[in-house]
Amino acid sequence: MTAAIELTGVCKRYGKLGALNGLDLRIEPGEVLGLLGHNGAGKTTTMKIVLGLIAVSEGSVRVFGHDPRARGAGGRRHWVGYLPESVTFYEQLSGREVLSYFARLKRASRTQVELLLERVGLSAAADRRVKTYSKGMRQRLGLAQALLGRPRLLLLDEPTVGLDPLATQQFYQMIDELREDGVSIILCSHVLPGVERHIDRAAILGGGRLLALGSLETLREQAGLPLLIQARGDFQQTDCVASFAEPGYQARRIDAHRLELAVPATAKLSALRQLLDHPKVNDLTFEPPSLESLYTYFDGLARVDS
Amino acid sequence: MNTVFIVAEKEFRDGLRNRWALAITLIFALLALGIAYFGAAASGAVGFTSLDTTLVSLSSLAVFLIPLIALMLAYDSIVGEEEQGTLLLLLTYPLNRLQLLLGKFLGHGAILAVSTSVGFGLAAVVILLFSDTAAVGALVAAFSYFIVTAVLLGWVFIAFALLLSSLAGEKSRAAGLALVVWFVFVLVFDLALLGLLVGTGGGVNADLFRYLLLLNPTDVFRLANLTGFEATQASAGLTSIAAEHRFGPGTLLFVLMAWVIVPLALAGWHFSQRRT
Repeated sequence: MTAAIELTGVCKRYGKLGALNGLDLRIEPGEVLGLLGHNGAGKTTTMKIVLGLIAVSEGSVRVFGHDPRARGAGGRRHWVGYLPESVTFYEQLSGREVLSYFARLKRASRTQVELLLERVGLSAAADRRVKTYSKGMRQRLGLAQALLGRPRLLLLDEPTVGLDPLATQQFYQMIDELREDGVSIILCSHVLPGVERHIDRAAILGGGRLLALGSLETLREQAGLPLLIQARGDFQQTDCVASFAEPGYQARRIDAHRLELAVPATAKLSALRQLLDHPKVNDLTFEPPSLESLYTYFDGLARVDS
Repeated sequence: MNTVFIVAEKEFRDGLRNRWALAITLIFALLALGIAYFGAAASGAVGFTSLDTTLVSLSSLAVFLIPLIALMLAYDSIVGEEEQGTLLLLLTYPLNRLQLLLGKFLGHGAILAVSTSVGFGLAAVVILLFSDTAAVGALVAAFSYFIVTAVLLGWVFIAFALLLSSLAGEKSRAAGLALVVWFVFVLVFDLALLGLLVGTGGGVNADLFRYLLLLNPTDVFRLANLTGFEATQASAGLTSIAAEHRFGPGTLLFVLMAWVIVPLALAGWHFSQRRT
């Protein structure tokens, strides 16, 4: 099966400045990839290369097996939906008019325009000028235009910026449905919370290079970050940390009622047992290393290297 | 081809929506009527004067106004879309840059063509109704020719505006360049030719001179509309020099069309080279 996207040794230089330095990335049909990185890491450049908006300095780009900048590539753009970062539209047109214009360009039907307006919750505001839209409404209109036609590949740059929690939830639900339909999706973001459960793999970019790539489990294994357990209870005595002096454990008393214990991921169960048996503990919370901490970890590694 | 028309249709609707079309139509209609009615005021009378005088005065005003309107209409087509952020999105759609450019040209061109035809056409109808001209055929023919050349002149400057718009990095720069283009073609070029003529003591070959006039689209428009009439000797300016060896109307229309195509082709080339 041809990959949705296949980047091999891609470099992009603007003058002397290298925006991408040898990027290899392969995305299968129906896969959701989180593309993470701080500002200037090369996320947007990667998207523009996949879209065929800019040419690579070196390396090869294949989108569904074709070069996106080849002659006749325009026709294949029917399959691709793109939501740019901080999307803007024709301010003087209404939401419906904007979406209809883009629908005509993409040969999508009028009925789909109405369906999409409904789906992103803009039906009621469809006849108002975009000028009067809030940031969140613009973002939703941007999503609607990316879904026009029958996209097989979606590139979404900071899709949840400006969305309220409910709309964000609906958005992720939509992503799940699209993945079911076999659509490949790249979610590009530096706003991480909430994205974990909806991506198959994460790619962490930094300085134009791939710092880490894999499923969250793989990345957690690679990073070997400790599991953080927070215990509530009676920790009046400051020497209570001494009772957790196992090798590899790190206990820290936050205040009289809270204690934080960092343990290796492999020692999770024995640490939990020990805490449960502890007479002064009456509540426990813990979570696996978040994407955010993984991101910080891999980004930090790259900085040490350079 | 269909894609070009989708873009053109949107531009045309925008032109109707923001009242550009209405404004241009009104300006042209009032201008034409005013000139037709008050054209003879200098000689102490009002009322519709001869067709010749009307068209001559109209042409010499149109030659200033139409390029300005056309440049204002289209100078931000590309750079404005880029500043707005919509250009990036459009280019990820199934349309190429040439289609976008042609669509913009057709849309703006249609606005100008419709406004010009309706504006001047209305004026022609009013003149026909209220003047006692017997020569209806002559009036219709003269006005039609005038309208066709006026539309072509507008298209020339829309093409220039698109060229500037694909060259300039910012909207304000495109506006500045548009002003320069207007100034050069409407004023400076003729002054320079006049300087050449005076400087050489009239020693420029008349044949060469009339070809030099073809290098300026506004002069081509003047040649087409002014040199044909008796009443023009005073207002045709430099172009009257070429009156003895006249170009046929067909030739002049052809030259104007060439003046549309050349800047448009350059615009297409620059737009495809543009880094966005």
